[in-house]
Amino acid sequence: MASEKRLRIKTLIMVLAMVVCANVGDLMLKRGMTQIGAVAISASALKHAFWLTVTNPTIWIGIVFLIGFMASYMTVLSWADYSYVMPAGAFGYAILTLLAVVFLHETVSPRRWIGVVLICVGVLLVGQTKPNTTTAAEMQKVTA
Amino acid sequence: MTVITILLLVFFVCASTGGEIALTYGMKSAGEPARLRPKALLIFLGRAIRNGWFWMAIPLMALSFYALLVLLSWQPISFVIPASALSYVVGTLGAKYILKEDVNAARWAGVCLVCAGVLLVTIG
Repeated sequence: MASEKRLRIKTLIMVLAMVVCANVGDLMLKRGMTQIGAVAISASALKHAFWLTVTNPTIWIGIVFLIGFMASYMTVLSWADYSYVMPAGAFGYAILTLLAVVFLHETVSPRRWIGVVLICVGVLLVGQTKPNTTTAAEMQKVTA
Repeated sequence: MTVITILLLVFFVCASTGGEIALTYGMKSAGEPARLRPKALLIFLGRAIRNGWFWMAIPLMALSFYALLVLLSWQPISFVIPASALSYVVGTLGAKYILKEDVNAARWAGVCLVCAGVLLVTIG
């Protein structure tokens, strides 16, 4: 039972790290891409947009946070189910909506807020299931 | 919302889900870190990036990342990120049938609620 509790706690810590890094990262990307402007679909426009993207500091701050997200995501996937971590990560929607309202001044309709609440309830439902239903040995068999 | 936005969204969902399933394979076969300390985590990450599945996951995720950048320049973030959550159903199906995870009723119910929430957010 103690190991089950430990498993839940370390999974929760890594999921929270994922959510914070992913949301801050996405917010920085949005900021950076807004500075760059709408991207048209043509070879030269994409090339130009790529150059503007890799030289934009805000984009780089976003990328650093997304690397942090990737590291915590990889770590948690080494012991927890993908079908557990993926919906649990959706907990960030509440935070993301708040960030979009507070920092980007986007307006959010009541219907969208209800959607955010449904997502949160769904995440709580998934959260109370067992974080890991496969073993490394079983996974090796599947992979082989 | 134009046809090309929808196509790009579909591409984004398929590439990111495929990448994440490959990543899960890789991380499970790399084995979990001994403890949650910086050194043990770095050793784990070093082991993880030498895994072949990781290098299958990265190109797919990079493609989905670039699709996301383009989507973000067209639409508000509170539309793009929730709409991309269509991958929750695709991902759960992949977890059940490819990764052989035990997706029980509570987990499916949770995923369905997340999806309903996503639809509401999308038509917002």
